[in-house]
Amino acid sequence: MRADSLLIIGVNHKVAPVEVREKLAHNAGCENPVVAIKTIPGCRECCFLGTCNRVEVICSTSETESTARAIRQHLFAGSGLSDEDIERYSYLYVNGEAVNHLFRVAASLDSMIVGEPQILGQLKKAYRAAAELKTVGPVLNKFINKSFSVAKRVRTETNIGSSAVSISFAAVQLAKKIFGTLADKRVMLVGAGEMAELAAEHLMSQGIAGVVVANRTLERAINLAQRFNGTAVTLEGLAAELENVDILISSTGATGLVLMRDDVKPIMRQRMNRPLFLIDIAVPRDLDPKLNDLDNVYLYDIDNLKDVVEVNKSERQKEADSASQIVDEETTKFQRWLDGMDVTPTIVALRHKADELRQVELERTLSQMKELSPKQIKAVEVLAASLTNKMLHHPIAFLKAVSTPQDQMVKLDLIRQVFALDPEPNNDREEDDLS
Amino acid sequence: MNPLFEITFVAYVLATGTYLMWFVRQQQEARSAARWILTVAGILHTMTLVARYLEVGHTPISNMHEAVSFFAWSMTWGFLLFRWRYRVKNFGTFVSLGITLLMVVAAIASKEVAPLPPAMRSLWLPVHASIAIMANAFLGMGFCGGIMYLLQEREIKSRRFGIFYERLPSLEALDNLNQHCLSVGFPLLTLGIITGSIWAKQAWGTYWQWDPKETWSLITWFIYAALLHFRFTMGWRRRRAAIMSIIGFSSALFTLWGVSFLLGGVHSYAG
Repeated sequence: MRADSLLIIGVNHKVAPVEVREKLAHNAGCENPVVAIKTIPGCRECCFLGTCNRVEVICSTSETESTARAIRQHLFAGSGLSDEDIERYSYLYVNGEAVNHLFRVAASLDSMIVGEPQILGQLKKAYRAAAELKTVGPVLNKFINKSFSVAKRVRTETNIGSSAVSISFAAVQLAKKIFGTLADKRVMLVGAGEMAELAAEHLMSQGIAGVVVANRTLERAINLAQRFNGTAVTLEGLAAELENVDILISSTGATGLVLMRDDVKPIMRQRMNRPLFLIDIAVPRDLDPKLNDLDNVYLYDIDNLKDVVEVNKSERQKEADSASQIVDEETTKFQRWLDGMDVTPTIVALRHKADELRQVELERTLSQMKELSPKQIKAVEVLAASLTNKMLHHPIAFLKAVSTPQDQMVKLDLIRQVFALDPEPNNDREEDDLS
Repeated sequence: MNPLFEITFVAYVLATGTYLMWFVRQQQEARSAARWILTVAGILHTMTLVARYLEVGHTPISNMHEAVSFFAWSMTWGFLLFRWRYRVKNFGTFVSLGITLLMVVAAIASKEVAPLPPAMRSLWLPVHASIAIMANAFLGMGFCGGIMYLLQEREIKSRRFGIFYERLPSLEALDNLNQHCLSVGFPLLTLGIITGSIWAKQAWGTYWQWDPKETWSLITWFIYAALLHFRFTMGWRRRRAAIMSIIGFSSALFTLWGVSFLLGGVHSYAG
């Protein structure tokens, strides 16, 4: 068994409400937290995934408990929550559990909307960022890449993706319940995030009449608006434009509220009470929760949208079950690999492999040379044995040589790859391209 | 006394039961079965009314039983006619429930045939009474639409999805339904009041005498007129329109029944 353990510490929509999640959202543009986490004593490798629904710190450490505590403190720094609350609103998975958890996350089984495809891209992005900052090493490389291939396997072998309903799909469904047809409706995107873009694309495919993009920087707004043949405004122009739109999707990175109840109230009269559907997919939230109190205003945040899809959940439950099975299977396989990542099992595997090869080759040779005397047979056997032993001598000495734990991992990984010691050859390369 | 009314009644109950089954299970077979049963019930009801006409010798809208039965009949055919023009998911369930409730009232009310009072022996009886009741039928469908709107809106607004979210149509469709019912019901209501007033002139010598039934029908008229007016000028639509059409129909029902029982007056024939 390895001395190091894998941990995942995280917060997601299941354990913490939006109010808590928004307190620890790491917004793009800030320094990637991996740099700070890497300096925690014991932490050898780490990767940070932050999306609007979850935060996950994946890490390999020699000091499980103290590292976990330090990471938690780092995540919740400045949130003002007590230690008890921090523990309540976050989870800690170690080794096998951690493997299972990450595989589930990558396969979108842990998503707010099970089967939504965005999470895999976000995980790939997080991994690339960590790789650029060199905070991931052989264990996490293998681990995270494996999660990509598990996700791919789940996608191809189950139907989870086809019934997959992303937030934007849920939003469209709801919009149809409010407006009937979307053909003559206009949508406004506040903030030019990826998520908003996706939702807008989905709405466009439903034949929406027009798109307005409101963004802090007008330039970015214009760029996005052009893609949808829409118009662009700055955030200051937002309220004035509200009179002419029916659906608003907000996903800014703003720390405060962007739209208040009192901003919208007078506009509803101008709108002759035509309904307004507000979707807040930002964490922290952009739209005043009190907006929902206004007549004919329907406000949904990301948690509420989940319920829309819960309605036809049972059909997808079956797919999720078979996907879970795949994840469990892959977890066991990976666990085996993880357990092998130590000197002794690697040497055993190496010897076993050599013995196996020697045996096979001997049998083949001797069966072709029937005329050999017992003495000659013995000589051939000795030749084969000493050849394999000499061949293994240096790799084993190399493995046994004292080195830092970090180097140790690199060495183990190298040897295991060179001698193909892991039952499944690493053919995940096509997924590894992080495209 | 023939059993036609009872047979019709059973047919309505069956139609409503099937509609409820369709509502709960959402199986297409139940839906088309319900529609057929309701159409058959409507035809049976028509036969019932014709038989009643032959039995009593005048338009059968002269007492409570006849008026409410005619009310249910108008609603049935109003709905079937509507359906033919455009569909609203699960509207039938609500309307058929309404029709059955009316039929229960009609069944409880006395079916006795009394000689027609002299004031009612006029050609205006079929004209005024049928128009007024048909107005009620369309306003009643608007009431069903209003209830459906509020049920659906409550689930969307509270973001908790129960049995109605999937089963009821979009808020837009329900608001349109309300509008359509009103655009038929309101002119009929207006016409009902005008014909009533002309008849009053002939029967009692004055167009308007502030009899409770007249007053209440005017109140009802004003409620709907306000709704229609503000819909176009101030955007009273959707939720407010739904609430207004529920209030309006309650007032219409009070005009029909409440006034006769509670307030009395020259108009208290129940019809």
